[in-house]
Amino acid sequence: MAPLGRATLLLAFGLVAYALVAGSYAAWKRRRRLALSAQNALLAAFPTTLVAAVVLLVALGRRDLTFVYVWQHTSHKLPLGYALSAFWGGQEGSLLLWLLVLTGYAGLAVWLNRRSRELIAWTVPVFGLVATFFAFMLCFVSSPFSVQPAPVDGQGMVPSLQNPYMLAHPPLLYLGYVGLTVPFAFAMGALLSGRTDERWIVATRRWTLAAWMFLGVGQLIGSHWAYVEIGWGGYYAWDPVENAALMPWLAATAFLHSVMIQEKRGMLKVWNMVLVALAFNLSLFGTFLTRSGVIDSIHSFAKSPIGGWFLGFLALMIVLSVVLIRWRLPLLRTKTRLESLVSREATFLYNNLLLVALCLTILWGVLYPVLSEAVRGETRSVSKPYYNFFLHTFGLPLLLLMGLGPLVAWRRASLRSLGKTFLVPFAAAVVTGVALLALGFGSSWPGLLAYTFGAFVVASILLEFVRGRAAAGGVFRLIARNRRRYGGYVVHAAVVLLAIGIAGSSAYQTVRERTLRPGQSIEAAGYTLTYRGLAGVKGPNYTGFRALVAVSGHGERFRLTPGENFFPIEGQATEASIYHDPRSLGDVFTTAQIVKGDKIDLKVFVKPLINLIWAAGFLFVAGALIAMWPDAVEQRRLAARYAAGAAPAGI
Amino acid sequence: MEWALALAAMLAVVAVVFVARPFLRDPSPASDRLDELAPEARRRLALAEERDRALAALKELEFDHRTGKVSDEDYRAQVGPLRRRAAEVLRALEHGEQARHERVPGQGERVP
Repeated sequence: MAPLGRATLLLAFGLVAYALVAGSYAAWKRRRRLALSAQNALLAAFPTTLVAAVVLLVALGRRDLTFVYVWQHTSHKLPLGYALSAFWGGQEGSLLLWLLVLTGYAGLAVWLNRRSRELIAWTVPVFGLVATFFAFMLCFVSSPFSVQPAPVDGQGMVPSLQNPYMLAHPPLLYLGYVGLTVPFAFAMGALLSGRTDERWIVATRRWTLAAWMFLGVGQLIGSHWAYVEIGWGGYYAWDPVENAALMPWLAATAFLHSVMIQEKRGMLKVWNMVLVALAFNLSLFGTFLTRSGVIDSIHSFAKSPIGGWFLGFLALMIVLSVVLIRWRLPLLRTKTRLESLVSREATFLYNNLLLVALCLTILWGVLYPVLSEAVRGETRSVSKPYYNFFLHTFGLPLLLLMGLGPLVAWRRASLRSLGKTFLVPFAAAVVTGVALLALGFGSSWPGLLAYTFGAFVVASILLEFVRGRAAAGGVFRLIARNRRRYGGYVVHAAVVLLAIGIAGSSAYQTVRERTLRPGQSIEAAGYTLTYRGLAGVKGPNYTGFRALVAVSGHGERFRLTPGENFFPIEGQATEASIYHDPRSLGDVFTTAQIVKGDKIDLKVFVKPLINLIWAAGFLFVAGALIAMWPDAVEQRRLAARYAAGAAPAGI
Repeated sequence: MEWALALAAMLAVVAVVFVARPFLRDPSPASDRLDELAPEARRRLALAEERDRALAALKELEFDHRTGKVSDEDYRAQVGPLRRRAAEVLRALEHGEQARHERVPGQGERVP
């Protein structure tokens, strides 16, 4: 089996290297058949990589411990689902997943846009370059197909990874990370070919949205995993690896907004190229952080010598992006200017500045400890207050802008029409703010502002739907005639839910901790938790205990069973027990540790509104799908536009 | 082991044939030149993009006016220049006037 895996990876390496070298030569010398041949090599790389992936999956499923990778990440008693999820649990498997998704995406994107030969001729080598790097790493630096004499049992999987959310979180993140390669490859292809018209944007619009959606959902699922599995009562710790996924998402969010200005007004061509390059390079940086072990965090399970290679490749891609954008500046410059600082495009610009500022401050927070250690030899860390400060500074105005933007017309808006359109949302925000102050929510100003701005955004979105429905003659007709706009509004509503959930569960949470004997109680936010005693549990590959806790309060009675699991090979893991309160949309979250005998240390978090964060995920996906859904009228219009030398719009 | 290597070899042969396919299908073509847009076609494409932009802007302005987001005063101030620009681009596309190809009035953007 292992030789088949190695051979197919070598074949994939040969194919993508050919796509890079032959594709570049063909595009440069304008050789049609060679360009098609390079394109075919890129298409053939996916099934070849798929065979390698199947080999690894079969080895994981059979717990074939002659594979070093299988031995490192599984054990005989590990359930099959988790054994298969070890595919992305380690470094070599993750790199293989990168290459698999990349060759799949590249093949499909190139095939769908194959008639736009001039652009595709230069896009193929860019895909080839990225794929060659990953194939090289897999063949010569970090192979998942190294073998050994079979040991008695494997080293198992880190207990916290043995969670159903881990079956979805990493693959979704990779679908997002790798998906950002598609707009990058087309953008660089556009620069190389001199096709700086909107063809590359049309070709990659839905790819960018899909990558952005996967990255967003992947992060939310990761946050939920952290919440239920890690046992510290939170869902986002500003961990460098969490930040590494957030940064490309922020850059992609900025791009999705600014690209609309290019499409509507023909402006910001340079800025859009910069954002695409930034998002892609941050996705590479994210993989580097996750897999190189350069920053010590709970996610950095794997440490290996790939760091130097990755850093070199990252530097190469940054230099390539900068050089190409600089080279094509004359083609990218436009003479169109903003007509007014009070216009839709201006609000998009403010949104972009805030998103990029937030992204860069997070990047600095991630880099500072590394640079500090490298330059001064001092170990420094950037903690939660730093990130929270910038989240409040940039995030709250961003929230407000989500409400302002839709109400402002393109080009310019007079103060009189603004006054009329702002009246309802402004009144909703003031009423909400005053009511919350009266109800005692003034203890947290960021929380109060988040709720007030949230009310403004929700009112502005509702106003848009109500007025639009009347003008279009129905909600479905309204959405169908401008899917991107109204899909975007649904996403904005999801962000408001997210903000309310975050503010409620962090600014207004209650935390209590106490050592208890059976029969003793602890009070938290109106709940009484009484510890009854301990019970043992046994799973397929672990044993453990559960503390039996009876809870009463707010007219409810229920039981919680926090505890710990002990895995013979892998170690110990906290098992939180959570009650979802449907009335407050919040949780009662508990963890327990044995102190001595049957005495336990019980920790309780009462987190109002936290379930809105997870509900926001569904709304986010719904909005993204609406925005992505193909529009037959638009497809026909674009097909006619590019009939002279390009294909109809692809996916 | 042997079957694995045989399978890998078979895959390699299929891949090589697929990669060589453009040369095998068309061993001596009349032209092996890769298509590229002529300067004239590029100018028309830029105009087509500008036309779509102008028409979409008009549509959006009408809709925003109907929903009350744009006041009558703002509408009157914007609709004229937008219509003029759309008409100019359409005329340039239809007649292929060189001067209009190179410089789109109102927008002032030099066509690449």
